[in-house]
Amino acid sequence: MRRILQKIIHKGLVTEPLKTEENQIKVLGERLNEVMRRRFQGSLAIRQVDAGSCNGCELEIHAMNNAYYDLERFGVHFVASPRHADLLLVTGPVARNMETALKMTYDAVPNPKRVVAVGDCAVCGGEFGISYASLGQVSNVIPVNVTVAGCPPSPTDIIRGILKAVQ
Amino acid sequence: MNFDLNEHLARLINDAGGKAEEVAGRPPCLRVSSTDWDLSVRVAVKADLRFLAVWASQEKTGFSIHAAFSQKEKGYALMTMQLDAGQDEFPSMVPYYVSSARMERVIHDMFGLIPVGHPDLRNWIKHEHWPDKTYPLRKDFPVATVMPRQEGFYPFIEMDGEGTHEIPVGPVHAGIIEPGHFRFIAVGERILNLEERLGYVHKGIEKSMEERDVFSASRLAARISGDATVAHSWAFCLAAEQAAGIGVPPRATILRAVLCERERIANHIGDIGAICNDVAWSFMHVQCQILRENLARLHGSLFGHRLMMDCVTPGGVTCNLDAEGIKSLLEQTQEVAREMNKLFQIYEDQTSIRERVIGSGTVDFENARDMGLLGYVGRSTECDIDARRDAAYAPYDKIPPAVKTCRGGDVSARLWIRFEEIQESANLIDKLLTEIPQGPIQEAWQIPKEGDGGFSAVESWRGEIATWIRFGANGKIDRSYVRDPSMINWMGLELAVRETVVPDFPLSNKSFNCSYSGHDL
Repeated sequence: MRRILQKIIHKGLVTEPLKTEENQIKVLGERLNEVMRRRFQGSLAIRQVDAGSCNGCELEIHAMNNAYYDLERFGVHFVASPRHADLLLVTGPVARNMETALKMTYDAVPNPKRVVAVGDCAVCGGEFGISYASLGQVSNVIPVNVTVAGCPPSPTDIIRGILKAVQ
Repeated sequence: MNFDLNEHLARLINDAGGKAEEVAGRPPCLRVSSTDWDLSVRVAVKADLRFLAVWASQEKTGFSIHAAFSQKEKGYALMTMQLDAGQDEFPSMVPYYVSSARMERVIHDMFGLIPVGHPDLRNWIKHEHWPDKTYPLRKDFPVATVMPRQEGFYPFIEMDGEGTHEIPVGPVHAGIIEPGHFRFIAVGERILNLEERLGYVHKGIEKSMEERDVFSASRLAARISGDATVAHSWAFCLAAEQAAGIGVPPRATILRAVLCERERIANHIGDIGAICNDVAWSFMHVQCQILRENLARLHGSLFGHRLMMDCVTPGGVTCNLDAEGIKSLLEQTQEVAREMNKLFQIYEDQTSIRERVIGSGTVDFENARDMGLLGYVGRSTECDIDARRDAAYAPYDKIPPAVKTCRGGDVSARLWIRFEEIQESANLIDKLLTEIPQGPIQEAWQIPKEGDGGFSAVESWRGEIATWIRFGANGKIDRSYVRDPSMINWMGLELAVRETVVPDFPLSNKSFNCSYSGHDL
């Protein structure tokens, strides 16, 4: 126990203020905080769906929860069921074998719902495009509100996309 | 690549009364007749050769079946047979090598060839809503074909004993992970059987590879599995460079290895944290995530990409390191290795955590050996397999890794091996970067002759990746096959969770951490 506490104290607080792209001083996190409090009573529930991604975007979505970005401090959290979600975060081109599952997940999210397509594949089909096995971008299958480009996009970009979707 | 095993296997087959012809082409392989296939596979299993993969390709007339084997330092062997025009059956390898089962199901799905003697020919990648008689990897099937949906049904294994029940899970899982379906048959909480149903993220990678030039194809290879992007790119490039007959500058091979070892460290750290999180030890998770992010940030600033995607390209690498870059990379690697060492000591002291991981999700040595389980999954149960040593590709021919194995085959053993491999990778990076020569980092690409190809085995953090490529006219890919280690390790997971309780499944699953995308392609 002593060593765990030592480690925690030694490591200190690494969490950073989130910066916006255009203005390094203005803090993205504060805006996110404000929107969360005003519109979502301080809590936004996200359900992530991999519709055919290579798992690269998932790594960066995971990174949003690490101590540097600490997305949960803004009241944004990931939930296990689409029925508890306000927002869907969808990655990957939509694999033909995932089409039904994606539509069912979308239908299971209560209205009003938002969809953020994360990563080049989800935005435009990316390297996989459209083929016998891939239906390409997410908006070919379900309505999309906000897109976040990048292969994969950085955690900050994804947070920015979430903010845009809920504003 | 070390193909010494070709000669050995040819001798064994000829001694057994078969006929194996050694072909010295690119890549070197053994040609056997379709009547000798069964005998040859039997010879291979008798000689304790490890099975890597079986795949098919379409020729000008008819189809070919290819298989790859290995035996530690003796290297690798490729065996191929051509089926006669109109022949659509070949002898199944499943009676000899159980891990060929799903690969032959894929051949059946994608080419419509029938492995005779296969015990289970249900569709695998081809889901129930695909039209019958669509064979995407045949040459008369355009990649952009729009397939109509049909009604269908996948017959899962059923069990109707008293008190048994089924638990379907997925394809969309509760966490931030890839999709796949698991069907548990359980009594109370105890798992009697787990049946995996994968293929949900099948994106047609093998088909999309065809008709691409080598640079476009290598971008696709980098996205076979995003977490092992360096290793997949490297495997692809090695095979392509073999086909083209070009060498890679020494500085570039060292940089490739450095990237690959860094990828190994990053993923091992991330997974150690995630496994501990699955037993509700968030302290370790938080610490590991911080270290992982530190690694990603340095990759971003040094290589221009947090996951180092597209850094390895045919002929070399795209990113160079200056003296300062080398210094910061070395310092951070050592710092991270030291931190992980301290975290390991803390981990060892946590009796409540140790109690959860010891004995859960066990695979014994015999089963692991028979399946050919790869990477940390195999090495945690005494399967001494490491492509860096066995295939001896540069720079590991000069700077070989110290391969560690251990007993146990449970979650605890898999964790231990990964802690150890972080230290070994840090040692390797230290050696690689102190010996890094000056010089170019790119060799000019040369278009391979039509029909030339290559085969490579690269040790990703997950285990051995096997890639086979053949070029067609004008330097366009004619056929590309890749076997991610997950193709085999997924089967190990089914075995590991038997007789454990359902709530322990996430723990076992995370400790295997197989790739869905790499498996489904």
